[in-house]
Amino acid sequence: MNINLPAVPLSELMPGQGGSVYAVVGPGKAVQLRLIALGLRPGAKVRVLGRGPGRGPLLVEVNGTRVALGRGLAKRVLVIPAPEEKPMKGE
Amino acid sequence: MRIALVGQPNSGKSTLFNALVGLRAVASNFPGTTVEILRGRAVLAGKPAEVVDLPGIYSLSAGDPAERVARDFLLHEKVDLIINVIDASVLLRSLSLTLELAELAIPMVVVLNMADEAEHKGLKIEREKLAEILGVPVVFTIASRGIGLKELLSAIPKARVPKTPRYSPALEEVLQELLPRVQKDQRYAGLPPRYAALLFLAEGKALPEEIREKLRCGRDEEPAVILADERAALASRIFHEVARVERTKPGIRERLDDVLMHPVLAYPFLFLALFLLFFLTFKMGGALEGLLMPKLEGISEKVRELLGGGVLPQALAGALDGLFAGIGIALPYLVPFYLLLALLEDVGYLPRLGFLLDGLMHRLGLHGKSVIPFVLGYGCSVPAVLATRILEDERDRLITAALAVMIPCAARTVVIFGLVGRFLGPWLAFALYLGNILVVALAGAVLARIFPATGPGLIMEIPPYRWPAVRTTLGKTWLRLREFIKVAWPILVGSSFVLALAEALEWEPYLNAAARVFTWPLGLPPAAGVPLIFGVLRKELALLLLAHALGTEDFAAVLSISQMLVFTVFTIFYVPCLATVGTLLREIGGRRTLLVILGTTGLALFLGLLVRLLTL
Repeated sequence: MNINLPAVPLSELMPGQGGSVYAVVGPGKAVQLRLIALGLRPGAKVRVLGRGPGRGPLLVEVNGTRVALGRGLAKRVLVIPAPEEKPMKGE
Repeated sequence: MRIALVGQPNSGKSTLFNALVGLRAVASNFPGTTVEILRGRAVLAGKPAEVVDLPGIYSLSAGDPAERVARDFLLHEKVDLIINVIDASVLLRSLSLTLELAELAIPMVVVLNMADEAEHKGLKIEREKLAEILGVPVVFTIASRGIGLKELLSAIPKARVPKTPRYSPALEEVLQELLPRVQKDQRYAGLPPRYAALLFLAEGKALPEEIREKLRCGRDEEPAVILADERAALASRIFHEVARVERTKPGIRERLDDVLMHPVLAYPFLFLALFLLFFLTFKMGGALEGLLMPKLEGISEKVRELLGGGVLPQALAGALDGLFAGIGIALPYLVPFYLLLALLEDVGYLPRLGFLLDGLMHRLGLHGKSVIPFVLGYGCSVPAVLATRILEDERDRLITAALAVMIPCAARTVVIFGLVGRFLGPWLAFALYLGNILVVALAGAVLARIFPATGPGLIMEIPPYRWPAVRTTLGKTWLRLREFIKVAWPILVGSSFVLALAEALEWEPYLNAAARVFTWPLGLPPAAGVPLIFGVLRKELALLLLAHALGTEDFAAVLSISQMLVFTVFTIFYVPCLATVGTLLREIGGRRTLLVILGTTGLALFLGLLVRLLTL
């Protein structure tokens, strides 16, 4: 299982790669509430669908919603990468 | 009876509102465009009711302007019934808000809207089970096609106060401890005690350390964050009890983003979309203007004849010209522009534009969402400044507003094409647009240096592509136009009146003398003073007045190339027009508006001098 896999910033995942959120590191209360509202909270399954050019944002799927996340923010979301590119289970 | 529609952005709330009241509310496929509260009257289940459409919100407690508006309304305006509208295809995320609403102890009905989209996604929801868990009626609807409205109407009399959500034992214990404390607190008078305790907890300031400790259970988070997370966890549990997901193959709509949001392939489409937006606007606008203007001019001449000479009749005729300028010059371009933009928005392309240009915006110390006000600015600066409300961060709002007013609006386009485009060639006019973008970008980079970014960056939902509903697209176009009609048009009329008055009373020499401060360094003829002064009232007036002051419309005969360029560049940047200043005052306050005025005028002077030197 994932036990030995370290958590990495969401921004490190390649398009198509998924994982589960481990922690969100200190972006401040307001931002954290917004992330939770969009479903980005510990335990949530996320998948990177694409990334903007350069230092552009990430396109992330979480709970069946597509969310654009600035690169700076994506660095603060730590995820445990899914070991294999398997079809994502469910919402 | 007062009924409030509450739901997350993009849940189809406004479409449902339209269906219930048959009035125009503004629905959007761009998260967060409705910050206004819309009201309508209807007869529901045989009783007259006031239906209120609250702004789309993700929660009641994150504290952005829309959420505050919604929460204050629900708490203090005696709402008899909440209709919680949910986009069924994102049920999991939506249930957090439902649970938060349940705490308000107001009778509720839950609407699972966009049932077809949920099905398309392979989501099976057990309605009965959800109704049982929440303790309120739950109905499926497809509001855009009017499906399920009857069921909703018959569910309204069965509305119940929802069951109280139960959180983790630690949180429940803390709430019990807080209850007696908040009941004595005046600030929470009239609120359900449990909700008051939750508010007190989320505020977190006056929370004793031992309670904080108990709540935390090892998590090093703010109480508000812990609370939101518990709610999301409970929502997730409920979701898994009532819904099943069957995997479906991604459809065309999902695959569309593989191209339209591709890091490379997306950009040709982006340019095509923007090109079409402007090209069609100019084509349709030109055709409409050509149709309307001669007729209006005819009427204007007849009225002048009827009114005769004298100071007041002349001033009145001037006011009429202002009225007609709105109909004949501004609206022909604004209507197609905002209509096409509303289409792009409702299809769902606008948020993608924000995504694609986010990297670019970062160089200006802003992020992708700021693109929206900028694009709106090509129509009229007033809606552009108002659209800065979609930004969460105050500093971002300020800088975006300050930059958006420098984007050439329809009125300034008249000057650019009437002077540079006509006498120096359309390519030079086009180059002015590119130059304008460059200057705005540089100004943004400088502002970003002075005021470093504090905002979190981009967090934006990318909604699925949708067919726009005619009514909501038209509704939104109307709302933007109304901003122009209500704010900018009266100023247009008033200023034309003042101008005609000034003319009749022969103030021109004095005004021209005063304007030498600007016209002398810029190398413009003294007669350009009055046009520039009155251009503050209406920018396109600067050109009309210039023709008047110089006694000819053949500008090339009386002005040098350099003078034409300088005049145009100065007109683009100096002081935003009066209507925009009024909007800025309301949105960012007096002191900052003054800074914007001084800044843009300084910039205009600098750029004017630069152009003069370059074209010597």
